[in-house]
Amino acid sequence: MGAHLLTLVTFIPVLGGIIIAFIPREKLDAIRWTAVAATALQLLVSFVILGSYDRMNPDIQMVEHYSWIPAFNIEYFMGIDGLSLPMVLLTPFISFLAIFSSWKIPKAQKGYFSLFLLLDTGMMGVFVSLDFFLFYIFWEVMLLPMYFLIGMWGGPKKEYAAIKFFLYTLFGSVLMLLGMLALYFSLEPHTFNMIILRDAAPEIGQKLLLGMNAAKVIFMLLFVGFAIKVPIFPFHTWLPLAHVEAPTAISVILAGILLKMGTYGFLRISWPVLPSATLWFALPMAILGLINIIYGAMAALAQKDLKKMVAYSSINHMGYVLLGMSAMTAAGMNGAVFQMFNHGTITAMLFMLVGVVYDRAHHRDIDGFGGIAAKVPIYAGVVALAWFAGLGLPGLSGFISEALCFIGAFPVFTWITIFATLGIVLNAAYFLWSYQRIFFGPLNPKYENLEEINKRELWTLIPLAVVVIFLGIYPAPMLDLMSGTLNQLVDIVKTAGMMAGF
Amino acid sequence: MPMVNLSIIILVLPLISFVFQMFFGRRLEGKKGEWISISLVLVTLLLAIIMFANMLFDYQPDFRQEAQFTWLNLGSFQLEMGILVDNITIIMLLVVAIISGLVHIYSVEYMKDDVRYSRYFGFLGIFTFSMYGITIANNLFMIYCFWELVGLSSYLLIGHWWEKKSAADAGKKAFIVNRIGDIGMFMGLMIVATVAGTFNYELLFERIGNGAWAAGVGGLFGGVDPNTLLTWAGVLIFMGAIGKSAQFPLHVWLPDAMEGPTPVSALIHAATMVAAGVYLTVRIFPMLTPNAMSFIALIGGFTAFFAATIAITQNDIKKVLAYSTVSQLGYMIMALGTGAYVAGFFHLVTHAMFKGLLFLASGSVIHMMHHSLHKLGDHETDAQDMRNMGGLRTKMPITYTVFLIASLSISGIPLFSGFLSKDAILAGTWAYAAHIHDGWLAQAHLGWLLPFFGFSAALITAFYMFRLMFMTFHGEPKNKAIFDNMHEAPRLITVPIMVLGALSTWIFFSLPSFNPLGGEGWFHHLVQQAKSVVPTGAFDAETFAHGLHAAHYPAMYTSLIVAGLGIGLAVLIYLLREIDPEKIAIRLGVLYRGSLNKWYMDEIYLHGIIRPFLKGCGAVATFDMEIYDHYVIDGVGRRVKSLATGTGVADDLVVDGAVNLFGIIFQWLGWTLKFVQTGKIQNYLIYVLIGVLMVYLINVF
Amino acid sequence: MHALSSYLILSALLFSLGLYTVITRKNAVAILMGIELILNAANVNFIAFSKFVTHHVEGHLMAVFIIMLAAAEAAVALAIILNLYNDHGNINVDEANALKR
Repeated sequence: MGAHLLTLVTFIPVLGGIIIAFIPREKLDAIRWTAVAATALQLLVSFVILGSYDRMNPDIQMVEHYSWIPAFNIEYFMGIDGLSLPMVLLTPFISFLAIFSSWKIPKAQKGYFSLFLLLDTGMMGVFVSLDFFLFYIFWEVMLLPMYFLIGMWGGPKKEYAAIKFFLYTLFGSVLMLLGMLALYFSLEPHTFNMIILRDAAPEIGQKLLLGMNAAKVIFMLLFVGFAIKVPIFPFHTWLPLAHVEAPTAISVILAGILLKMGTYGFLRISWPVLPSATLWFALPMAILGLINIIYGAMAALAQKDLKKMVAYSSINHMGYVLLGMSAMTAAGMNGAVFQMFNHGTITAMLFMLVGVVYDRAHHRDIDGFGGIAAKVPIYAGVVALAWFAGLGLPGLSGFISEALCFIGAFPVFTWITIFATLGIVLNAAYFLWSYQRIFFGPLNPKYENLEEINKRELWTLIPLAVVVIFLGIYPAPMLDLMSGTLNQLVDIVKTAGMMAGF
Repeated sequence: MPMVNLSIIILVLPLISFVFQMFFGRRLEGKKGEWISISLVLVTLLLAIIMFANMLFDYQPDFRQEAQFTWLNLGSFQLEMGILVDNITIIMLLVVAIISGLVHIYSVEYMKDDVRYSRYFGFLGIFTFSMYGITIANNLFMIYCFWELVGLSSYLLIGHWWEKKSAADAGKKAFIVNRIGDIGMFMGLMIVATVAGTFNYELLFERIGNGAWAAGVGGLFGGVDPNTLLTWAGVLIFMGAIGKSAQFPLHVWLPDAMEGPTPVSALIHAATMVAAGVYLTVRIFPMLTPNAMSFIALIGGFTAFFAATIAITQNDIKKVLAYSTVSQLGYMIMALGTGAYVAGFFHLVTHAMFKGLLFLASGSVIHMMHHSLHKLGDHETDAQDMRNMGGLRTKMPITYTVFLIASLSISGIPLFSGFLSKDAILAGTWAYAAHIHDGWLAQAHLGWLLPFFGFSAALITAFYMFRLMFMTFHGEPKNKAIFDNMHEAPRLITVPIMVLGALSTWIFFSLPSFNPLGGEGWFHHLVQQAKSVVPTGAFDAETFAHGLHAAHYPAMYTSLIVAGLGIGLAVLIYLLREIDPEKIAIRLGVLYRGSLNKWYMDEIYLHGIIRPFLKGCGAVATFDMEIYDHYVIDGVGRRVKSLATGTGVADDLVVDGAVNLFGIIFQWLGWTLKFVQTGKIQNYLIYVLIGVLMVYLINVF
Repeated sequence: MHALSSYLILSALLFSLGLYTVITRKNAVAILMGIELILNAANVNFIAFSKFVTHHVEGHLMAVFIIMLAAAEAAVALAIILNLYNDHGNINVDEANALKR
């Protein structure tokens, strides 16, 4: 059993999904609790993984390596290191809580929870695969349930949003597939094994493809695939729509985990396998990060729909990740991955909180509230916590990762970082402004009888809040998990860069 | 290390108060739950007094204890959290503890029956916690963290009465304006981290001094001159102080912050938090280059003067005090900029006492005004407007007395604490102008601007403070009904202000000497000028010290004259009514309107920056969804779709047609050839035989 | 060589007779007999080559195999023919055209 933790953590949810498929649709509670059990078990396994992870060892661990399709040298190859571990912890954590946020899904619960669990498996698989082909399969496995989850259980424009999400992502996947195949054929013997590919990085860096540097071409192909997921400007427009139309729990998953798959892909594949191209593209990447920060923040500031504002805040926050990870410094890289984790928890809170008020007021118009803090003080308090976490208040986890991203990026991209700090003010502006409009001022008489947040909702938020506060006060446990691997990654990219003459 | 341990306890206790009030406070409202917070803060006060006594007992100017631990370790990058206790820390801790303790007690009465009573005390707790954190931090990163937390508590407390839009607006404004300053500070931090590789004060100064700074600049900003970069680092970190200490041009939030409860204004927006900027500048003083100091001095001086000009015309009692605070903070900043390090920090301490007192005393008046108005059932009259007061000295003798003490102190009259510190600052500007030739301000021959700002601000200060005194406490009551219902405030209010009144006299600051005109007291012994570590062209502290000595008496006489002039003018206009203020206002025209409207700074920001920027944001959002997404992304989608339709038609006609053609051909073939298929094996065998024969024949021939 | 060619000629004669029978007869039993002839022609060939060319035992083995196969085939074929007779009342292969359209 010990040797198959990663397989377990990946496939437990889908097993739960299969069981749900056999439960009659009337037995709602059985369906829900099966979903809870599946994700809880997955969470438990992720804790076991955390417990047996050796943080002193920066290399991949808990490897599961079997031949799968020998004819094409495709392997069933899983393993984790300091880069994937935070995501392996985040995914079941958010999924588990998101199950509770979807407790009151109005229709077709059976299908919903089965698809949800399938989605969970897809996401987890992406984070543990070390074979590019396997990675790609999980990447696509995630896509389909997401399409249905948005398209069937979403808001008024759900079909449009779902198809848009689907096509956008699929477009990226196709380019990614091309890049993947190009990588596959660039080595002899052909392989999808990421570790072999990484070690052969100098060789790949010298190949030609269509008369151009193969590394650069492949990097750009993969870039589009990953950039759409992150999303990086200008590939971001699916996000506000999908987030707004998706049901609360799915928005939580989308923003909390799915977006990380993009940046994870960069750090897992593009960075180590194509280091010369990475350095070549680092500056544009940082500029895109800056654009994400400022553009996302400005757009968020102008939103009238609360959920849309939160959605744009994700674009803004992922900008910090891009900035940090393109700098190739220890602080920047750790900050970026830490920000991936923190954004996962914080944005999950943000979306859940939006969901809470939407369930009661049935609208999300920021200007349509006013003064409700008087009626729902506990809710107002939790929102304040989440909002302040979002705007990067010290003592809450988001601050540390943002600060690390900035400090790490500053020596490399000085001017870009200076402009990016403007994002700090804009963050404060859009969060505080929306908070004021919703909670402060005289009470809107329409909400005289607004219900306070209930126990179930509160208890889905409390674990997130605890993590946010704990990591804000003492981030070392999380950073210790990942710093070894990430420093090694920085070294790999930098060494390769030196060899390529950067 | 007992002092460090004590300071940790001091730090943690208010946090406990916050957590307690947040989770249990509501249940204990009306059951004396606030006294838990109060006793926690009083314990910190006690501990601070112990530390202070210890310091006096030691009497070591270079006392210093430091402890730190690695907070996060990323291999090549580390962050430490640590505590530095030296004399400055201890004095600052005591100041914060005194004001915070008194404000806690005062609030019991002032905030009685408030809707969010327990929450209020919780917020006071987190504020006190963060302020202690700033005080004991031993590195810039930690100070930045607590810096922001102070901003948070300020936001929460200003917006305490958030049902009022103005209060909610003011809280938000305070937070955002502060963040603008903080960006600068953060950039400074990034420069420091990159070049020096540490945030720790002592290590940083050491690395600047021993050339590690110059070596660390590397290719930053295209290989900038290390000294220039040092100037920039200093100025940028100082930007944090511009925000927090409400210096021009980021001063706009402080007057608005008066929307918060008055004890909060006393604690946060007069005595402690706004002084944090000064404290930060004190901390980074050794790394300031003459150029950076010129900038700081000019900002401070201009703010001192500029804010004073606004304070003259305000009618809201708290607004006057708010602008007075801005102005006094300008003094401190200017002092640090001119190199009068001790004077700047000294003024911080004395100002904390008398300005805290002024706010609490004005709070006493406002509180009683509210009571009186409440009794009259009047909800229209503004309880803070001085035009509704007058003659209150008979009704509120204690408040009047302490207010007088504080006013004399702030005006710089001997026997009061303000005289000691203010005089030292003015002497500093004088010495700077006369003797210092480093820094661009002196090189541009603008050095005399500083004494000009300083002395004219002193004149104006004396004037507006006594204008305030006379309008509130002297003359005929403006409103008889209100006046009749006024009486002295309850003891929970008067005791704290009497304590502060006592602390506003000279004696506490000049011991062991009793000389009210200054001389060298414990303060000047324990707080000594920090040595500059700037490697080349450092600030000439020795020349300055000589100049300071020479400027002492001329500056003192001048400042006494201007203060007397200001008070005399106020007496003439507002007490004796020899000159009609209205006429002067009309005579001054534009100047009067400008002052009354705060020189239109808010309007400039609103119309010049905020509105256009929000419009820009709207444009971005519209562009994103309506234009970019609609035309480009969906456009691609539509183009692909129409392409697909076209392909569909083509597919039907050409590809499918071709396929069908083949179908038809083979159908025909099938029809024809099916007659060959007899189903008789014999026939087939014949075909086979024929085939074999043909192959044979072909092979043979 | 002389011996071999005479065997081959015998075999060719047998094969031709068998083929002729298969093609011309309508009686299923007669066709079956023709097939037996063809098979035995092959048998003769095997034995002959084994004897004169390879000098190995495989050819003999093959012949034994074929004999066995022929017996099985005859059994199956006769069974089919019997069924055909039961259905149609005769064993004329021309009339067994139920699968023809």
